[in-house]
Amino acid sequence: MSDIITPTEDALVEVPPPARGGGTLRYVLTKIGGGLVSLALVIVLGFLLFRVLPGDVVQSMFRGRPATPELMAEAEARLGLNKPLYEQFLDYLWRLLHGDLGESYVFNVPVTDKILERLWPTVLLVGVATLIAVGLGLWLGTRSAWRRGSRFDRISTGVALTLWSTPTFWLGMLLLAATSGLFPTAGLVYSDTPPDFLSQALDVAHHMVLPTVTLVAVIYAQYQLVMRSSLLEEMDADYLTTARAKGLRDDQVRRRHAVPNALLPTVTLVFLHLGMVIAGAVTTETVFSWPGLGLLTYDALRVRDLPLLQGTIVVLAGAVIIMNVLADVLYRVLDPRVRAS
Amino acid sequence: MRSRRVALGIALLVSALVTGPLVASPGAVAAPEAAPNAKIERANQAPTILKVGVTQEVDSLNPFISITRTGTDILRTAFDFLTVYNQEEQKPIGSLAESWETSEDKLTWTFTIRPDLRWSDGEPLTAKDVAWTFNKMLTDEVARTANGSYVAQFESVDAPDETTLVVKTKVPQATMTSLDIPIVPEHIWSKMSDISAAPEYPMVGSGPYIITEFKEAQFTKMVANNNFWRGKPKVDELHFIYYRNADAAVTALQNGEIDLVNKLTPQQFDSLKSDPNIVLNQAQNRRFDEILINPGAATADGTPIGDGNPALKDIKLREAIATAIDTKTLVERVWSGYGEEAAGYIPPMFKDFAWSPSGDQKREFSLEKANAMLDEAGYRKGPDNVRLDKEGKPLNLRLLAHAERTIDEVAGPFIKGWLADVGINVTVQPVSDTQVNEATTRGEFDLAFSGWSANPDPDYVLSLQTCANRPNAQGTGGTPDSFLCDEEYDALYTQQLQEFDRAKRIEIVKQMQEMLNEKATLVILGYENALEAYRKDSFEGFPLQPRENGVIMNQQGYWGYYGATPAGEGPVPQFNDDGTITDGGDAQTSDAAAEEDSNTGLVLAIVGGVIVVLLVGGLFVARGRRKTAEDRE
Repeated sequence: MSDIITPTEDALVEVPPPARGGGTLRYVLTKIGGGLVSLALVIVLGFLLFRVLPGDVVQSMFRGRPATPELMAEAEARLGLNKPLYEQFLDYLWRLLHGDLGESYVFNVPVTDKILERLWPTVLLVGVATLIAVGLGLWLGTRSAWRRGSRFDRISTGVALTLWSTPTFWLGMLLLAATSGLFPTAGLVYSDTPPDFLSQALDVAHHMVLPTVTLVAVIYAQYQLVMRSSLLEEMDADYLTTARAKGLRDDQVRRRHAVPNALLPTVTLVFLHLGMVIAGAVTTETVFSWPGLGLLTYDALRVRDLPLLQGTIVVLAGAVIIMNVLADVLYRVLDPRVRAS
Repeated sequence: MRSRRVALGIALLVSALVTGPLVASPGAVAAPEAAPNAKIERANQAPTILKVGVTQEVDSLNPFISITRTGTDILRTAFDFLTVYNQEEQKPIGSLAESWETSEDKLTWTFTIRPDLRWSDGEPLTAKDVAWTFNKMLTDEVARTANGSYVAQFESVDAPDETTLVVKTKVPQATMTSLDIPIVPEHIWSKMSDISAAPEYPMVGSGPYIITEFKEAQFTKMVANNNFWRGKPKVDELHFIYYRNADAAVTALQNGEIDLVNKLTPQQFDSLKSDPNIVLNQAQNRRFDEILINPGAATADGTPIGDGNPALKDIKLREAIATAIDTKTLVERVWSGYGEEAAGYIPPMFKDFAWSPSGDQKREFSLEKANAMLDEAGYRKGPDNVRLDKEGKPLNLRLLAHAERTIDEVAGPFIKGWLADVGINVTVQPVSDTQVNEATTRGEFDLAFSGWSANPDPDYVLSLQTCANRPNAQGTGGTPDSFLCDEEYDALYTQQLQEFDRAKRIEIVKQMQEMLNEKATLVILGYENALEAYRKDSFEGFPLQPRENGVIMNQQGYWGYYGATPAGEGPVPQFNDDGTITDGGDAQTSDAAAEEDSNTGLVLAIVGGVIVVLLVGGLFVARGRRKTAEDRE
């Protein structure tokens, strides 16, 4: 997991453009419209990008096993790869409009089924990890800002930064080795767990520990640092002095006045970063063989499974776009200043 | 106070996650660690499970579709074939077919199917099922997806009665006893509307195990087939568990989460050496690695394609290059010694067909000799010590390498160095696998890394070097290897395919390898070993194929999984030439000494882990308390 945090912060400072003529509905519709345009671009790009990549799909499918020219021609025709590119694209669009993402070359099953099957493990992992990371980040960030320069601040910020810059793969392997035998090494459940709900659920929880810990360790720092810096900005504000003058206890000043204001950029950041978290999940899923969407995308790319790649790209990009729209909308809801302007 | 509660909650949750599943599903974690006595007692109640770690995902469990190593490995144990390669030396023997005969003109094969065979659901398995499977492949292109090449020369398939199968071929096919086609039950598959769809579980089959459950990218579960005609296996269940991360699979083996794993790297293999509960198996593999030397690529109709350096058309230059590559060093450096030195085109694992150069044919590595050969052939040294070709241009060659393969990465610089010593300038070009395939198919290379996995029947790898296997004008529609295209070689190729006498066929195949060696369009680099490991506290051992230095997993048959013997239930069976069981006298035996240790180890690990968690939790609580106190100041 590596991304430069500053541009995001810069972006956050930019206040969304004022909605002319007011009206929340109009604002939301504009945002959704923008999202749809982005999605359309992703669909076109997703199609073209993988076709521009070098490598003949049929050729790689037949690598390492007996093949006759007739068999290869058959396969090409079956996959529709012998048609001109624009026809392939129109086919793809037409199917997409009907909610059909095509059939995977390698797995020979509809891409939609494949993605749906892999979606929930990712949602589960990313969801739980994000919740924990956000909670932990906000809590630690608040503490360290409030006691800026204290030992707690220095240690927790140091630890967060160290973990943030740790390669996910390495951290995962380290955890696997260090907890040897305590947690499962791969997958979602053991193959011999009884099929009843309770055993299955407990087993999933058991399997989730290491991937979740890894993902949390790598992502919580950004929430902590943003929370810390935005709270620091609030700390010199006059209204805090007023609050103290009212006789509020330090704890109350922080909880009722400083934190709500400081939360603003952080909450938006949570949504904006969800896309990145999903990307980070790819590595975590690989280390722990977590049967999620990230693993699927990675494997599809390796074997040049075009329909599967397009499908996963549309779904992943769609998720990021939706999160962005949500962030925009949420920002407006949370910050009265944006609404007023 | 709030934060203290949060910290306490986290600590409790974490400890619940650590200990909870251990308590809730004792079978999951504790089972593989159980002592051998307990295991035997348990055999009466709980099933014995062989858990196999695989590092490749199953593409499909549809026998008409699956092409991956893991997929075919699983399907091989689920569906029987007409014939199977024997355990001893990988020679085809009857499986579903009891015997067979061929007509005078070599075009008609009559197989006699064993009587009284049954599918796992109790329905009779007859010649009709075999005929239906083959005919489906002849009439439905989707059914040809995985194994289409085997039926490409079929004229007709017929089952006149329940035990007779008649196959007519267009041309004589010596490979008819090596048809790698899983036979499916007609009564199930004829009702399927989409032949490429995922089948229903439990999947009706005829092999030693049947597939009962498949969880995508997680595991495949199989249970013993009571109706397997050779008899039920000793193991009740066979689970294939998917590991995306090979290091995690090794950890899982050490923890006892899985019992058997293959595809280990030399480093992983060495790291397991000190573990007293693990038995290692260094086996011969069916793969060879090679360097291709482009002798002037052309399409199937003979039109030159690609941009290979024309100097390489000179056999003297190719011979000199082959002499300047030290395969002995490569085995040491690339595979840390876990490999075999280069010999013929067919890997030594296939004893019958393997050929080894001797006398003058053998190119001993010698830079001096290579230099002398080049001097003699008229390649003068130009400035910078780089030799000039016949047209006076410096000999600059590209070496196409797979960016993600160890052998290419390690061997590339060595080869560059050796060739520099004989005055040939090499540039290593690491690119993606698909790019290497693409470029080599289009003839756009000078030198390139390549390699293939051979089958017990050599036909496939031999066909790679024929003229017919070259691509069309677009650089597709074929899987050429070195673009040899030699009339004599092609004639021998046809001859071996039509020679039904195994001994005579072997002679021809050896002759072809001699020729490949002589033409120097490819340089064999060596044969990587297959590295496998299993837990001896849970398994006594497995029949290897071939019996000497053979593999447990990815066999060309079902012997390894079929003969898997749980600890304490030895000896490991060995299967005769006709496939019957013989005494397992030469099986690996294990001493069940270090049992207690692993148990104690696990208990210690759990106790230690819980303590650590509690300590960390406590730290959180304490920190939380102190912080709250500070806040109140």
